[in-house]
Order: sequence, then C-alpha cells, then structure tokens
Amino acid sequence: MNPTPPLGTHAAIPKPALDQVLGALRDAGYTLVGPKVADGAIVYGEITGIADLPVGWTAEQEAGRYRLRPGVPGRLFGFAVGPHAPKRYLYPSTATLFRTRRTAEGFEVLPGEEAAPRYALVGVRACDLAAIAIQDRVFLDGPAPDPHYRARREAAFLLAVNCLEPGGTCFCASTRTGPRCTTGFDLALTELDEVLLVEVGSEAGAAMLAAADWRPASAFELTRARRALAEAEGRMGRTMDVRDLPDLLYERLDHPRWEAVAARCLSCANCTMVCPTCFCADVVDTSDLTGGEAARVRVWDSCFNHEFSYVFGGHLRPNIRARYRQWLTHKLATWIDQYGVLGCVGCGRCITWCPAAIDLTEELAAIRGGEPT
Amino acid sequence: MSMTAVGPVPPAPHPLQPHAARLVTVTPEAPGIATYVFELADPALRARYAFAPGQFNMLFLPGIGECAISLSSDAGEPGRLAHTVRAVGSVTRAIARLRPGDAIGLRGPYGSPWPVDRLRGRDLILVAGGIGLAPLRPVVYHLIRHRPAFGRVQLLIGARVPADLLFVSEYQAWRAAEIEVIETVDRADETWTGRVGVVPVLFYQLRPDPRRTAVLTCGPEIMMRFVVYEALARRIPRDAIYLSLERNMKCAVAVCGRCQYGPFFLCKDGPVLSYDRVEPFFSVEEY
Ligand SMILES: Cc1cc2nc3c(=O)[nH]c(=O)nc-3n(C[C@H](O)[C@H](O)[C@H](O)COP(=O)(O)OP(=O)(O)OC[C@H]3O[C@@H](n4cnc5c(N)ncnc54)[C@H](O)[C@@H]3O)c2cc1C
Ligand code: SF4
Ligand code: SF4
Repeated sequence: MNPTPPLGTHAAIPKPALDQVLGALRDAGYTLVGPKVADGAIVYGEITGIADLPVGWTAEQEAGRYRLRPGVPGRLFGFAVGPHAPKRYLYPSTATLFRTRRTAEGFEVLPGEEAAPRYALVGVRACDLAAIAIQDRVFLDGPAPDPHYRARREAAFLLAVNCLEPGGTCFCASTRTGPRCTTGFDLALTELDEVLLVEVGSEAGAAMLAAADWRPASAFELTRARRALAEAEGRMGRTMDVRDLPDLLYERLDHPRWEAVAARCLSCANCTMVCPTCFCADVVDTSDLTGGEAARVRVWDSCFNHEFSYVFGGHLRPNIRARYRQWLTHKLATWIDQYGVLGCVGCGRCITWCPAAIDLTEELAAIRGGEPT
Repeated sequence: MSMTAVGPVPPAPHPLQPHAARLVTVTPEAPGIATYVFELADPALRARYAFAPGQFNMLFLPGIGECAISLSSDAGEPGRLAHTVRAVGSVTRAIARLRPGDAIGLRGPYGSPWPVDRLRGRDLILVAGGIGLAPLRPVVYHLIRHRPAFGRVQLLIGARVPADLLFVSEYQAWRAAEIEVIETVDRADETWTGRVGVVPVLFYQLRPDPRRTAVLTCGPEIMMRFVVYEALARRIPRDAIYLSLERNMKCAVAVCGRCQYGPFFLCKDGPVLSYDRVEPFFSVEEY
C-alpha cells in the first residue's frame, strides 16, 4: 500500500496507474463515468478503465461542426469537451419528484427517487467544474434546496483533467473558467507525454490516489505542465469580450441583431440541451390507466420551446427573436444579477452543436458593435 | 466535492411535494370564477401557516398538475385559505369540479407581498383588472383592519362586463370602511347604470398627491401599462408604483427558470415588484 498524499499534493503516476485509481473508485462503490467514443463523437458513458477512454482520438470543432479524427497516439485526454456535460449525471434530464397514490381520504404522497447513484465523473474539464459550481448555486443556494441534486452532488467524485488541447469553439480563457482546474475537484490530472500529474483536491481524492504507485511530481514536470497550460490558454478557438456585462445587453434589448440572428435560429433548443449551466425545466404529470397512481416528473426544458412562456391568453415569446434574446441575455446578463457570475463558462458546446452554426461570441460582438475579436 | 461517506444516499422529501388539504367551501363569484376555501389537513401545519397579502400557493391535483393561485382571503385569518380561481385550463378546470370535502395538494406561501407595512401613512390607489382583484383583496382586508394607519384609499376595479365584477357583495362593507370603490366595465348591459370604459381612464378623475400616494396594481399587463403611464403622468414616483406580474410558473422555488422577468424570478423576487425595478424590461416587446 502506498502512503496517502496530503491535500494539495502534486503527484506523478505512470499512465497505466490511472487504472489503479479507477479500480479503487469502483471498489469504493462508485459507478465510473467518463469520455468514450460513441455515435461519432466523444460522449460520456459508463467506463471500466483506461481501455474505454478515447485513447489517441481528438475532435475538430467549429460552429455547427464536429468531427472525430485521430490525434496524438496514446494520448488519453487529447480532446476538448463533447456534447455531454456532467450535468446529465447530477441533474438528469428526467427525474420523478414524487409519486401519489389514491386513498380513501384523497391521496398520499410517496417519494420519487430511490437512493441516488454514486458517480465518479472522470475527465471533467475546468469549464464543467465551473458549471457545476454554478448549478450548486442554482439548486442548493435557492429558497428550497433540491434534495435530488444534493444527493447526487454529494455522492459524486470529480476526477478532473486540465485542458492542454482546447477545441475550436472553446473560450474559457475569456470567461476565466479554464483551462486549468483550480477548485472543486477531488483529483485533477495533467497529461504529459509519459506521466500523469495528479493534484489532490480532497481527502476522498487522496484516498483514491493512494491506490496508485504515486511519487511527488518533479519541479521539471510541474514547469512543463504550467507551460503547456499557458500555451493552451493562448490557443482558444474563440474569444469573448465580457466587459460591461450585464449593462451592455440591458441597453440593447432592441438591437437589430436580435432580428438577424432570429432569421437563422431554428429554435431547436440544442444549445440549451448541451449547455452545462442551463437548468430550466418543465414538470409533467403522468398517471396509470386507472388514475390511482400518478407521478410528477421534472424534465429539462428550454426557453426556445414554444410552451415555455405560455400563460393563459397566449405565448409571451411567440417569436424566435424574443427567445434567442431571452437565452443570450440570461446567459450573459441577468445571470450575473441572479448568481453573481456569468451563466456561460466558455465551453463552446452551443456553438459546435448549433445546426445553424450560430456562435454566441459572434452575436455578442455584433451587439457590442465591433468586429468579432 | 465528494463527502467521505460511502453507501446509498437516502431520498429526502422534495420541496415540490404538496401538503394535504381539503376543500371547505366554494363560492361562485362570476361566470367561470369561484372562490375556494381550503384547510390544511395537518393541524400542526395549519397552526404554523401564515401568509402576507399578495402571496400565492401552488395548488396540486394528482395526475392533472399544479398551478399558482394567489391567496384572496384575510391574512389575519390564516387558517382559512381562500383562492379565487378562473377556470382556464387543465388544473383550474379540475379545481372547478371539486366538491367540499375533496382533497387537494397545497404548498406555499410563495412570493413577495404587497409592502403594506412600508406604506403606512400613505394614500393608496389600488387598481384591479378582472381576476387581478383576487391578490388585492387581502390588501383591502388589511386596510380595513388597520384603517387609521392609512390616508385616503381608492380602489379602482375594472371588469369586461358587469357579471364579471368580483366580490360585489362586499363593496358596501369596504365603502363603510372608507375605501372609495370605483367600478367600471368595458361593456355595459341593460342592468348597468355605472361607468363604462377601461380602468386606467378612472385615473382622470383622481387628484392624487404625488408625495404621499402609492399605486398597487394587478391585472392584464396591457392594463398595468396604462396604469403606470397614468400614475407617472401624475408624478407618482416610480418606486411608489407596485405591480403584480405573472409568468408561466412550474416550481415556485426559483429552479424551473420559467418565471424569469429580466433578473427577477417572479416566484421569489416577485410577483409584486416596484416599477423602478422592472422599468428596463416593462416596455420591451415580447419580454
Ligand atoms: C403568481 C401568480 C398568481 C396567480 N394567481 C391567480 C389567481 O389568484 N387566480 C387565478 O385564477 N389565476 C391565477 N394565476 C394564473 C394561474 O396560475 C393560471 O391561470 C394557471 O396556471 C392555469 O393553469 P391550468 O392548468 O388551468 O391551465 P393550462 O392552460 O392547462 O396551463 C398549462 C400550464 O401553463 C402555465 N400557465 C398557464 N397560464 C398561466 C398563467 N396565467 N400564469 C402562470 N402560469 C400559467 C402553468 O404552468 C400550467 O401548468 C396566477 C399566476 C401567477 C404566476
Ligand atoms: S441558437 Fe442554434 S442550437 Fe440554439 S435554438 Fe437556435 S438553431 Fe438551435
Ligand atoms: S452558453 Fe454555450 S459556451 Fe457558454 S457554457 Fe453554455 S454551452 Fe458553453
């Protein structure tokens, strides 16, 4: 058995030793979830070890375009984020809030979810850590903390990865949410050519790292990691000027650009589904055929959906112009008033996965009045 | 960050779970509108429950759904929870089919109240359109209970047709408590001898003192727009005009995101907001 590293340790392990850490997590009762190749993309799914990771793969990302291609052979994490965010494990797209059963007096209320799953999320990037911190505020700091989110969140282990190869639509350097993982992880990896550097962020992380043959990282290795991260910061595919937000957008709610983007936007809601911070939901009712048992189910919703703004008498945002404006002003303006931070962590997913290739950094730049920087 | 405990995490009751309640009485008010008085089933909860004028509850029927309905009763009598409901869709129509004794789910109260305590000593103009009188009725009851603490009170009520006027049988008692009730209808019928015209027009006959007057309004947004216009034209300050706004709402605890109005969640920061806070958004088309 190896010694348990203290908090804040920068350790180094041979790449194959990552399997020892993953094995320890599995033995501790975690379900391992990590990046893997499926359906032509790098998505999140259950993994058993290194062999399931997209080893040697990377992806080209541009507005409205995503293409897998071979990357550096042997590289475990040589890609940026794909369409899935950790959100789908901490705040699943469907959750039964509670159930009801008919009784002689009326009805009784029964719990909805069984015990929360314990996920070890592998390969979480800095932008997604920032997104998790944001969703913590949404679900845990509000007037009524959400017990479903809390249970999954407290049970989760976050094995983060520093991004050395930002994607074509990334701009976390602009939103100051990456590419380095600074907080909120149990363990954070930096992948160098022959070793993995591991930073210990929690007691739980230390306990898991103790399963691997670790040694302290050398000064040389740490310098290389720092240089690689600084270089990555300069290679972001996009930038976004976040100055003067939120006021800039509040002053320009009538800007003609809203009309122009609405002419291209399909209101398909893809951007909100892939976004790691978007949290809007609907609550729907299901019941069995007799009506004796029923459930209230929360499902992801989107401000791009027609029904979202329905009140008796009509839809308040019948036009795409108003919906796109609602989305972008929420992300980049009202979010700051609500939660004290931008609602965008610069992950670029909404740009990549928009079928109309709409790029929020371009839209903001146009509304700001200058050319995209 | 993870906690060290390993093992399944037991479920906790969800804040969206309703409390059991029972329908006590139904009072028809107007075509399609009735007042339903509910009583919480749990005596301990009933004793603890308190609300302020302008707040609302979420009313739930299993398998059908849930909706936001304002409390329309006297906050001084919190054991009697009256809700005046217009049947417009699946939940509200199902409420209309309930009989006394039937079970319903109820959770609340939610939302920001009318700032009645801060308005002590002021003249008040209350402006209600249609069902918008329901969330203002607890203000009327509050004023009656504390009448000497307030100056002149005028209550402007608008309805589409005379039969739609709510709580008509109470107007006499309100007037007796020195609340000037002024009604108007959009369209008169043969029974009607009163005023005809939209509510904001009633402002023409008021001479409010802008330094001491506050306006509280609830009704269709288009009506409130004109109310704001008339109030501002009479130099009533922006922060003395209060609106109760309405948006689609599913959770009432600021997580479903649907009731956002600019930076505000209307379930938590609203529904009652002063005009100075909503002004940047109030005149934006389709906001
Ligand atoms: C703070 C607040 C207070 C309210 N107070 C009252 C009141 O005192 N009396 C009253 O009759 N009505 C009130 N309403 C409106 C009432 O909530 C809607 O009429 C009701 O939600 C319609 O639901 P439904 O299932 O019958 O209709 P459907 O058309 O079947 O509704 C479908 C869904 O749309 C949403 N929805 C539809 N209309 C509205 C609306 N106007 N406001 C918010 N969500 C809506 C609801 O989420 C509902 O679940 C209030 C609304 C809000 C936001
Ligand atoms: S911006 Fe793009 S992804 Fe978002 S709704 Fe419009 S078309 Fe869909
Ligand atoms: S708005 Fe787009 S770039 Fe920003 S966090 Fe959401 S998906 Fe990522």
